[in-house]
Amino acid sequence: MPGIVSYGAYVPPTRLGFAVLAGRAAKEGGPERAVAWNDEDALTMAVAAGENALRGFDRAAVDALFFASTTHPFQEKQGAALVAKALDLRRDARTTDVAGSLRAGTDALQAACDAVGAGSARRALVIASDCRLGAPGSAQEQAFGDAAVAFLIGEGDAIVTLEGSYAIADEIVDLWRSSGDPFVHSWEERFVVQEGYTPGLTEAVCGLLERIHASPGDFTKAALYAPDARSFAGAAAALKLDKKALVDPLFGRLGNAGVAFAPLLLASALESASPGERILLASYGDGAAAFAFAATPHLEKLEPRRGVAWHLARRRPVASYDRYLKARGLDAKEYGGGRDAGLSATIHFREREEDLAFAGQRCNRCAGLQFPRQRVCERCFAKDDFERVRLADRIGRVVTYTFDFFFPTPDPPTIVTILDVDGARVHLQLVDVRPEDVKIGMPVEFSFRRIHQVGGRPNYYWKGVPRA
Amino acid sequence: MKKDALRDKVAVTGVGCCPFGENWDQSPSDMIVDAAYQAYADAGIEDPQKQIDAVFTGSIYSNKGPHECSDALKLFGKPVTMVSNYCATGTDAFRCGALSIAAGLYDTVLVVGYDKPKDRGVSGPSVMMDRVRDLPQTPAGWFALCASTYFAKYGAGREELAKIAVKNHKNGTLAPNSFLKREITVEEALSARMISWPFGLYDCAAQTDGAAAAVLTRAELAPKGSVLVKGVAVIAGPNPQKDPENDFLSWKPTGWAAAEVYAQAGITKPFEEIDVAQVHDCFTLTELLTYEDLGFIEKGAAKEHIAAGTFELAGRLPVNTDGGLKAFGHPTGATGVRMIYENVLQLRGKAGPRQVKDVSLALSHNIGGHPTACGIAILGKS
Repeated sequence: MPGIVSYGAYVPPTRLGFAVLAGRAAKEGGPERAVAWNDEDALTMAVAAGENALRGFDRAAVDALFFASTTHPFQEKQGAALVAKALDLRRDARTTDVAGSLRAGTDALQAACDAVGAGSARRALVIASDCRLGAPGSAQEQAFGDAAVAFLIGEGDAIVTLEGSYAIADEIVDLWRSSGDPFVHSWEERFVVQEGYTPGLTEAVCGLLERIHASPGDFTKAALYAPDARSFAGAAAALKLDKKALVDPLFGRLGNAGVAFAPLLLASALESASPGERILLASYGDGAAAFAFAATPHLEKLEPRRGVAWHLARRRPVASYDRYLKARGLDAKEYGGGRDAGLSATIHFREREEDLAFAGQRCNRCAGLQFPRQRVCERCFAKDDFERVRLADRIGRVVTYTFDFFFPTPDPPTIVTILDVDGARVHLQLVDVRPEDVKIGMPVEFSFRRIHQVGGRPNYYWKGVPRA
Repeated sequence: MKKDALRDKVAVTGVGCCPFGENWDQSPSDMIVDAAYQAYADAGIEDPQKQIDAVFTGSIYSNKGPHECSDALKLFGKPVTMVSNYCATGTDAFRCGALSIAAGLYDTVLVVGYDKPKDRGVSGPSVMMDRVRDLPQTPAGWFALCASTYFAKYGAGREELAKIAVKNHKNGTLAPNSFLKREITVEEALSARMISWPFGLYDCAAQTDGAAAAVLTRAELAPKGSVLVKGVAVIAGPNPQKDPENDFLSWKPTGWAAAEVYAQAGITKPFEEIDVAQVHDCFTLTELLTYEDLGFIEKGAAKEHIAAGTFELAGRLPVNTDGGLKAFGHPTGATGVRMIYENVLQLRGKAGPRQVKDVSLALSHNIGGHPTACGIAILGKS
């Protein structure tokens, strides 16, 4: 039976307090939501979550990637292909985008399990990532949270196996975003809950229980999507689930993470599950889907993951609402560089290995590591005699740094460093650290980010973050 | 390199320089004509069509090749070459001109360096990006990368940098064609808005429009007492951002270029032998490192020499007597030739209130790119 072999999450460390959102002073310990910062989006978060799921596993064994998001920045151009490149997956790994519905996260999970179950893929990676915008001042702005989650699906060594699933489709205009509109809209809340969410979720879960001959009490963990805390409690009661089984939906800590929301709660459940436990997963969006998982003895062998708890412990509160608006590009201010003619697509094409896969090279003659790839060795001048080496999963050390206040960004200064990565020197920005905490010699790991929007499209590259 | 191949073979018989600044009402051609005709007059050239054998021009912002210069000066039917080598462009154009004469090919050539950055609609250096990872920061950021490392090792800091800015601003007030003619204080420099730590606004050169020109002639054809080229070198270095061996305590190309040009000029004790120097102060720290990288003083000794005033106008070895890039202005392609202009005036004793006493050997230095190239020229009396 196919199941989940490994998992990983990504939640941006930046947190927007509800008090700050309301224009008041930040309140420590108050409710908040996770918010992607100006160099993050659904794709960068997907790469981070994927990297965390693959930690300790062979990325070359991945046969397929299913990438789910409603907020992938391109209308035409696949997200999965870019994520696969950044994760350095095999070129013949199948890539699929699943989009258009909040249910896309679990739809991708279903597709991956189907592929593994059918034998068309031995290992499949599922990533759900969303970075939805609520209009300034709207309820959504507060309710949403940005996050991503990834599952490595396989057979034989799964930590939880998929016992069964059931899904329904429903046509209802409850939440929507038209093309060209940056903001998600919602019909009246009580209509959404009474006619969409509660009956939909209940129907899917009941259908699942009937299909696998189970009862609500069989589940010791339940990861349920809900638009808000009140409807969460209502759905849990309607489903007659044991209150102790309910996985904390993280309202006021993370927020509704769209396609990643229910899968993220599943990851949270896995963090505290024991072999033998049965776990319910239910997602909602244009219908609903329910899944039953059973934990196996492999669960105890899995190395600790960078999951939900790991990320929730890493917080950087946003100081003001104005900074949030700038970071999300919602203010009216003009930033330099945006109207540029753009980066050459052919240069991007030639430099995918460096920019996306973050690959340098090792000289076969002098064994020195270098970045970017070059024809002639920096050290011994050997020509065309190199082995490709990916730097993204290594640790770098700060050789020197500066704080650039001139580089066009909504959030100056830009911290710029030269890093030594096992002998290779890399010129990178450093993020998720305060300038006063940057020190020569400090260890740094790598994070895939938006570097700028030159040419009117997001451009991606790697940045350094302090080693966790 | 044959170290005697160039020394004393080429004379600089004329120099010219237009006022540097935000020359809104001047085109590149206007500035080229102003600088070149000054140099013609200075060299006694009455018929450039007949007397100029070849032209070497340098610019990094122009995308028009050598034609912009040949068309401005109507110098047709003769070889015109454009050189581009980041901030070392001007010195490189000068070098090509000198080499062409030393090779015996021409008797008299014109060197023109110019740039017109103020037609781009941006203040400060442009953020040019044609590849994703090309520029995760600005030029201030590139040159600031030696600061954290140098400060940690040698104890200098923003105050030393500020003193360099104060010196160059002061010298700039004494040069008629300079852009900034305002003295500043250390406090002003330290409290100015931050550009890229540790560089505040006053640690950064003034980007301006400008053009400068020089006429070079075979030494035996030049009037007695003309300024002679003692040596000129332009050396390429690795990109320090990926060079696996960079220590971020100095910029490598300066040391290499200095070794070559000192060998050409027969200089063994630069601090004792050189009387005045124009060095590349795109940022104050670049000037500080250059004192050491040129071998004027020991590595790490800049702090004490700055405190002692060694490089001030009245000091032991005055540096950037006309205000440097900081105050005179920095039209990239023109800068190296502007330094030649200043050094020729100093060697002739015609530098007015900023004249250094008894100048017989003068050095000019550019470093450009990330930095990835260095050009040094040494001029002397016959």
